[in-house]
Amino acid sequence: MSSWETVIGLEVHVELRTETKMFCSCPNRFGGEPNTHVCPVCLGLPGSLPVLNSRAVEHAAAIGLALHCRVQRSIFHRKNYFYPDMPKDYQISQYDLPIDADGWLELPSGKRVGIERAHLEEDTGKSTHVGGGGRIHDADHSLVDFNRAGVPLVEIVSRPDLRSAEEARSYVEELRGILVAAGVSDGKMEEGSMRVDANVSVRPLGSGSLGTRCEIKNMNSLRSLGRAVEHEAARQVRLIEEGGTVTQETRHWNEDEGRTSSMRSKEEAYDYRYFPEPDLVAVDPDPDWLETVRAALPPMPADRRRTVAAAAGMEPGSDAVVTVVRLGLDGYVEAARSAGADANLAVRRLANEVAADSGSVGNLEVGSWVALLAMESEGKLTTAQARTVLKELLAAGGDPAEIAAAHGFEALDEDVLAGALDEVISADPEAWARYLAGEDKLQGLFIGRLKAATGGKADLAAASGLLRARRAAASP
Amino acid sequence: MTSGVPTGGPASALAASVRAGERSAVEVVEDHLARIAAGDGELHSFLTVTADAARRSAAEVDRAVAAGIDPGPLAGVPVALKDNLCTRGVPTTAGSRILEGWLPPYDATVVTRLASAGAVVVGKTNLDEFAMGSSTESSAFGPTRNPHDPSRVPGGSSGGSAAAVAAGFAPLAIGSDTGGSVRQPAALCGVVGAKPTYGTVSRYGLIAFASSLDQIGPFATTVSDAALLLDVIAGHDPADSTSLASPPPRASAAVQRGVDGLRIGLVSELAAAEGLDPQVAARTREAAEALAAAGADLEEVSVPAAVYGLSAYYLIAPAEASSNLARYDGVRYGLREEGDDITEMYIRTRSAGFGPEVKRRIMLGTYALSAGYYDAYYAKAQKVRTLLVGDFDAAYRRFDALIAPTAPGGAFPLGSKTADPLAMYLNDVCTIPSNLAGHPAISVPFGTDRSGLPLGVQVLAPALGETVMFQVAAALEAAAVEVAAR
Repeated sequence: MSSWETVIGLEVHVELRTETKMFCSCPNRFGGEPNTHVCPVCLGLPGSLPVLNSRAVEHAAAIGLALHCRVQRSIFHRKNYFYPDMPKDYQISQYDLPIDADGWLELPSGKRVGIERAHLEEDTGKSTHVGGGGRIHDADHSLVDFNRAGVPLVEIVSRPDLRSAEEARSYVEELRGILVAAGVSDGKMEEGSMRVDANVSVRPLGSGSLGTRCEIKNMNSLRSLGRAVEHEAARQVRLIEEGGTVTQETRHWNEDEGRTSSMRSKEEAYDYRYFPEPDLVAVDPDPDWLETVRAALPPMPADRRRTVAAAAGMEPGSDAVVTVVRLGLDGYVEAARSAGADANLAVRRLANEVAADSGSVGNLEVGSWVALLAMESEGKLTTAQARTVLKELLAAGGDPAEIAAAHGFEALDEDVLAGALDEVISADPEAWARYLAGEDKLQGLFIGRLKAATGGKADLAAASGLLRARRAAASP
Repeated sequence: MTSGVPTGGPASALAASVRAGERSAVEVVEDHLARIAAGDGELHSFLTVTADAARRSAAEVDRAVAAGIDPGPLAGVPVALKDNLCTRGVPTTAGSRILEGWLPPYDATVVTRLASAGAVVVGKTNLDEFAMGSSTESSAFGPTRNPHDPSRVPGGSSGGSAAAVAAGFAPLAIGSDTGGSVRQPAALCGVVGAKPTYGTVSRYGLIAFASSLDQIGPFATTVSDAALLLDVIAGHDPADSTSLASPPPRASAAVQRGVDGLRIGLVSELAAAEGLDPQVAARTREAAEALAAAGADLEEVSVPAAVYGLSAYYLIAPAEASSNLARYDGVRYGLREEGDDITEMYIRTRSAGFGPEVKRRIMLGTYALSAGYYDAYYAKAQKVRTLLVGDFDAAYRRFDALIAPTAPGGAFPLGSKTADPLAMYLNDVCTIPSNLAGHPAISVPFGTDRSGLPLGVQVLAPALGETVMFQVAAALEAAAVEVAAR
């Protein structure tokens, strides 16, 4: 595969977090008894008409701004095709004039991925195919829940700028961070509030033209996205190397089988007969209004990574910085920095201990956090002790000094430790002689006595180091 | 010359007497229900007569009057509704088998507005299936007959509403006009029918045919009654995104003003349209002369793109219809014909549920929107629309209003055009331009053809020009009375 390059473009559907649906006042809420969040409009009853939800427009504009797009005058089109969970048998979407165009997204690696467009559209209902193979054409019957019909979506289309499964995952993760930060979506891939389709093609390394692409559907986690892209690229390479050609088609990712299979070819593709939706008027964002949307946007992950990295003296793309920002813990880095604590230590503790704990700061208060960092930096706590205190702070909060005292964690500087070791050695010269003669297992005995002599305060690592140093000094 | 202008009509007279407590609304509605019972067996203008509901709302009107509460400008006035307007719990078929038995869970905005004005809905009227037709013969439930000659059609697609008003079953009726479906049947039945400016009347609850052209309009026996009804149903509705935000012009404000000094143009292309009955051309010229005699400055004016209106319309309207009618798929409501799989169910349901004219237009529209044909058909037709608006704008820089024939001829015999869709489509040649432009237009009865059947003349006005349109229409109405009296 080394002589081939994978080219990936992603289409991400995002369910917008609004109170009501896109074109009616039914609640936009996940779940609920089937067909309870419905009305004449989202059921597409005869005579009903859509009225655009202004909050959905605001969210779409916020997405455009966060992705450095041009937020422009847009119109709606009808995308016509028959499907039982689509109430009108057309979807109100945007076509040649999307609300957001020509932007980019910066990956943690620093790479910019082009955003071709982002447009508004309505979601469909949800079908459950009962009996048979669970697909519409072999089911005994199908049940349709229209609670999701009319939920506002934004479809974000990247340019074919991604070059590996790893980059594709990184893109989706970054995009999710942006959407969550902008407050427009909960970004939950497992609940379907973020759905990803991938356009995958391969080409000889160094080639400037694009190969024939296949669109892969039905990936419902970051992991399955990565697997599907890897599988599909390998399939295409194998096909070409065996003398075949890739045909443009839509393929279905089967998570259990770990492979893609053909859904429909280009020839079988629907003719959606797009035309301008006559029931809606154009959306023409007012520049002043756009500025208020921009002003309301919080800092985006890429900017936050730069801030954290600068404070900690790390690279913005380093794993620790990326993790801290992804978990939204950068406020705790800033708190450390502004209190004069070690921001680099702060990033490491957050990216390791906090991330491994629950990923959230729990009951940790900023004051306790800064105090704990200071105790560790000043050597009042060993690394292991600091980790223990932090774990308790996350779980229940409190004062780090008190927690440390309760554990008997106290400053035990090297002189005290050395003095205690001398006493332990002189109390048992016979054992010391055997240890010097090479009886290594006696190390445990001395460490144990040292711990007992210091009331458990001796740091194990420091004690073993000291013990070895004594033996080295005493040996001929 | 305002002395001969009628100052009211039966609807306003009825409302006045009910509001004054001189007549009870129940008595009025019983009277009309009796007329329906006696006469509609032959005419078939109604698909559903809502007698019990009508009695109940009339009784409510009477209780309000007794309690000293004004029920509104249409107090106790019976109104017939075209059966493509949704009425809560009352069958609404759009003239199609595919919606037979469907009960809407909601009222169209127009229906709500009528109720709050004190009107009493007496029933749902027959129409061409999904308003596609010019004779009411494409209704799945059988044709309506013309009250002036039951062997002839009432026009369409709002033929049931036009016939109901002409027959005296209701002094007022509501229709919808996509390419002339209010004005043409009004002309053929000898009543007044208007299509307001697009966006004036809410389309919420109107079963869509072609959304960018559909507009609800009033039928009445007089111009001022039509204006009264339009004033009740017009107005902004947040449930219709294409509803105009500005308050609609008062249609009834100027009906008595006369036309002295108004500049009125006779549209040459429509006055000499293809297939026009010479009698129609003659009546239109007489109408022009009568307006001139009443003090208007009258001239011929050319609206060149008007001749392309019919062609553009028969691409745009079917294209939108092909999408609007996709939802009748058997999944959620209306007719379902079972099949072995979903595709077969769709095909069987739609094959059984739609009549031939609807199928023809769905196919035309689907083709016009298809990949590779869109630019040649749909996009080009939209350009014609833009041209037409430009030509009208040019005309309205010189004229306050325009006049033209409404239909190319009078009422034709049932069955005479059903085998020839193009001949049927030509019925709308003079009315379509106003729909494409989104402008208001009204048909006023003016004289008769050789068989003594009514003919109509149209008054066209620029967008939101309802006031001047009704002003000219009232003068035409007065002149028609004088012409008839001579």
